[in-house]
Amino acid sequence: MKIVIIDYGAGNIQSIKFALERLGYEGILSSDAQEIKNADKVIFPGVGEASSAMRKLKSTGLDTLIPKLNQPVLGICLGMQLMCNWTEEGDTTGLGIFDVDVVHFEKKLKVPHIGWNRITDLKTPLFKDIQENEYVYLVHSFYAPVCKETIAKCDYGVEYSSALKKDNFYGVQFHPEKSSDAGERILKNFLDL
Amino acid sequence: MLTKRIIPCLDIKDGRTVKGVNFVDLRDAGDPVELAEIYSRSGADELVFLDISATEEKRKTLAELVRKVAAKVNIPFTVGGGISSVEDVDILLQNGADKVAINSSAVKNPQLINELSAKFGRQCIVVAIDAKQVNGKWLVHLVGGKVPTEIDLFEWAKEVEERGAGEILFTSMDNDGTKAGFANEALQKLSNELTIPIIASGGAGNIQHFCDAFTKGKADAALAASVFHFKEIEIKDLKEEMRKERIEVRL
Repeated sequence: MKIVIIDYGAGNIQSIKFALERLGYEGILSSDAQEIKNADKVIFPGVGEASSAMRKLKSTGLDTLIPKLNQPVLGICLGMQLMCNWTEEGDTTGLGIFDVDVVHFEKKLKVPHIGWNRITDLKTPLFKDIQENEYVYLVHSFYAPVCKETIAKCDYGVEYSSALKKDNFYGVQFHPEKSSDAGERILKNFLDL
Repeated sequence: MLTKRIIPCLDIKDGRTVKGVNFVDLRDAGDPVELAEIYSRSGADELVFLDISATEEKRKTLAELVRKVAAKVNIPFTVGGGISSVEDVDILLQNGADKVAINSSAVKNPQLINELSAKFGRQCIVVAIDAKQVNGKWLVHLVGGKVPTEIDLFEWAKEVEERGAGEILFTSMDNDGTKAGFANEALQKLSNELTIPIIASGGAGNIQHFCDAFTKGKADAALAASVFHFKEIEIKDLKEEMRKERIEVRL
């Protein structure tokens, strides 16, 4: 299986590569359009700030390539947020795959939302063998509200989308590569799609 | 609900764990990677590696260590110790660290916090603050607590938050090493005045101390070294007790 991790200078992709290795797979870091198109699975990571990340995607044409992909695509954290219509962070227009706008947590909460929290209302084979209320690791200040594409929820002052799905596109707000054994299982489930 | 985090801290010198660990099931007590794996399996929520070596080879050795840890460990970890530039942070994050902790360099050059936060995002910038009470005032200290400053802990904490820190790791030097509990009053004041998470450090001696740091100190996470290294407290026992006290915890 050919797994490509989209490389656009977005932070901690080494961890995803290592997580795939622990599962017995190799992830290839690439920004090359042909290589991404030819992959069996595509992982779209992201750590950092939305508007600068989007600028990087645009400068390489990845912003038009990603929404056209036909194989399973998994956006992680900022990757998931950039797959939405728009994000409040830097007033940034996203890739428009998920029909939802990403907004900032209420000011009365401690932000970033950092640490381990439970995921609930799990849907789709992405969460095969994952128990309701499983703990995952999150680090983020913005969130996607619950919408028709929500396949997992999380509660931090507000109930929001911890995962989204539309057609072949999946997005998770948490970091499966840092969410202990459950996270690795979710990554494995994605590879098994 | 977001859970409270338990964070073992490992002191690293020249790529090896120092200050002593007492794990009978370890083949090599000095191997940070092996220790990290054990902690991750025993329920630690995160790990902190604090590099105390001062050799010229430091940067390279630390990057190699970070890479080895990231390859084996599936929970987040923070690296600190002598980090003073954007380049230092870039190398550590590229090798798989999730966060970095800066301390003295932030006091000497506060603009560094803004630069790091803008480049890497605030979520991976932990500002560590060592402080102790001098004439009833909490004053920030530098170089592992050796050098006092006139800077007020609470003013400095507010400033680092405004400059873009994602978390504050507060070590009370009055409590550190005493095993008599965390500095809960100062912790609570920090937690009330700030909107970013506070990690409590210094003073852990028993399970109740951790519970108090969360309930009285309102801390978001608690860090300790020797009580875990010498198996005085098992993380699983600690978390079970926390749950009994109705503290949200990952078990």
